[in-house]
Amino acid sequence: MPIVVLAVLAALVALLPAAVPWLRFVFIITIASGFAALGVAVLLRAGLISIGHALFYAVGAYAVAFLMRATGTTDLFLLLAAAVVVSGLAGLVVGAFMVRYRAIFFAMLNLAVSMVVFSLLSKLYGLTGGSDGMRVATPTLVGSALDREAFNAVFLYVVIGLFVAAGILVQLYFRSPMGEALAAVETNEVRLEYLGVSVRGVLLSAYVLSAMLAGLGGAIAGIAIGHVVPEMAYWTESGHFVLVAVLGGIAGPAGPFIGAIFLEVLRTLASGFAAETWNLVVGVALLLVIFFLPEGLYGIGAKLFRRRGAQ
Amino acid sequence: MLQALMPLLVDGLANAALIFFVAVGLSLVFSVLRILNVAHGSFYAIGAYASVSLSLWIVSAGLSPWLTLPALAVSAAIVAAILGPAVERGFLRWTYGRPESLQILVTFALFLIFEDLQKLVFGVQSLYQDAPVQLFGTSEIGGILYLNYQLVLIALAVLVVVALRLLMSYTRFGKLMVAVVADPEVSQALGIDTRRVYMAAFTLGVFLAAFGGALASPTVGVAPGTGPEAIVLAFAVAAIGGLGQIEGAALAALVVGVVRVLAIYFAPEFEAVVPYLVMLAVLLVRPYGLFGSVRVRRI
Repeated sequence: MPIVVLAVLAALVALLPAAVPWLRFVFIITIASGFAALGVAVLLRAGLISIGHALFYAVGAYAVAFLMRATGTTDLFLLLAAAVVVSGLAGLVVGAFMVRYRAIFFAMLNLAVSMVVFSLLSKLYGLTGGSDGMRVATPTLVGSALDREAFNAVFLYVVIGLFVAAGILVQLYFRSPMGEALAAVETNEVRLEYLGVSVRGVLLSAYVLSAMLAGLGGAIAGIAIGHVVPEMAYWTESGHFVLVAVLGGIAGPAGPFIGAIFLEVLRTLASGFAAETWNLVVGVALLLVIFFLPEGLYGIGAKLFRRRGAQ
Repeated sequence: MLQALMPLLVDGLANAALIFFVAVGLSLVFSVLRILNVAHGSFYAIGAYASVSLSLWIVSAGLSPWLTLPALAVSAAIVAAILGPAVERGFLRWTYGRPESLQILVTFALFLIFEDLQKLVFGVQSLYQDAPVQLFGTSEIGGILYLNYQLVLIALAVLVVVALRLLMSYTRFGKLMVAVVADPEVSQALGIDTRRVYMAAFTLGVFLAAFGGALASPTVGVAPGTGPEAIVLAFAVAAIGGLGQIEGAALAALVVGVVRVLAIYFAPEFEAVVPYLVMLAVLLVRPYGLFGSVRVRRI
């Protein structure tokens, strides 16, 4: 079932921008934040809320910028792969320390680490360009250099392909023993340890996976915007990822993407009559979802499907 | 070196005093309601906006500038009296006993709403009214000029630590609060109106944050972005001290203030990182903060 939903979504996302070219950039950015939200959703499954995942979003983005500047690499796939590896390593280092904590402390420590990185990114002018950030040139595709317009057209489909692949992989992960153990951490982690499962190992692997997803999202955003800034690591950005994840629902990998798309639609609608009060609109929408649709938008969709299937 | 450090130290401590107000409010709300309030920084910003607006009005109406001093506390009290009960009764009470991630999200949604409401009500330009600082003037100690207002801030923070401790240990309301923190269900069974305790504790927390903001406004003014910055600092300080600990928050604010001064002196580029680095270092050694206690794991 989630695979079908993913496929339908992918088809929709693929067809719309073909008809309306200016939507391409919007879609790429939407999917980028969807990746980061998916990373947050992986941890939410274990009942852990991270208000610091913008850290890995920024790490992915800066990894692309640094790699370009240092080695002159411009190949898109190489850049994305490097960003995933670097953010995975960052996730391993930070995660080894984080998985000892739960609940509020997990949330706050993630926040603290991301704020340290945010401050460093904005203060170390010599290395990171400070608050001006760093420029990211348009990457090449398998050796051929394209102009922005043409690149974005191809990039969108690359990103959609990645999003479907990541969705399927995460779904497989959720169904695997590791993934099932992840959900069990929330239910009762002490019992899980009595069963001989290493909670630490389960959480650390989930943390690395979530960091890689967020890093990939950041790399995509950095490439699409052509510029990376320290604000990518600011805590409100992390809050938005959590918001997107919960808005969409964490029941399946499609949830965060639905959340991201919903938020983008809301932003587009809101910009028409209430551009100044965009946060207010989002805040109210979030409260409505939390209090009236506790399973998120995806949960509601899945429920409707199930009911129809039963009849 | 001391000669050079003293002004910085006073500056750092005055800064720590302001952060202490926000952090101790956050800590108090967490210990009673068990909710980490992300919107807490917004109350700091709103308190600052309210006090600047009131002071600007007092000065422009030609009233005595001395009235701007009580205005600091009055504006914070007004903010707390309106927003405290409204937020707690209207939103937070529906989340009691629900998962932490959900509670954090509700307060994050409130934070987003407050951010835009501030812009709608007070505009996006930075506001500033330094009448209270002017009134206190400066004093010269050892050839260095100090703003008396900063010394007042430090004294006020000490006063609030003592007052909160007395409130908790010796008053009826304080004891009720301690009982509710220890066990809400038993407290309720014993006839304590826990809903009222929740509401009052939250309102007190809002007041402390708004008061911190009001006190900060004459020195640094207030602009969009004040709230988000205040809340992350308050998180760090509250976590260092141990959530729910009054003296812990005071000590943590002191440590952060002093270390920040040292950072400004020796490595200015790392000044902004200091609170978080101290937090990481402390939580690495003491996962529940300096004064925090370990909670028993459930089986």
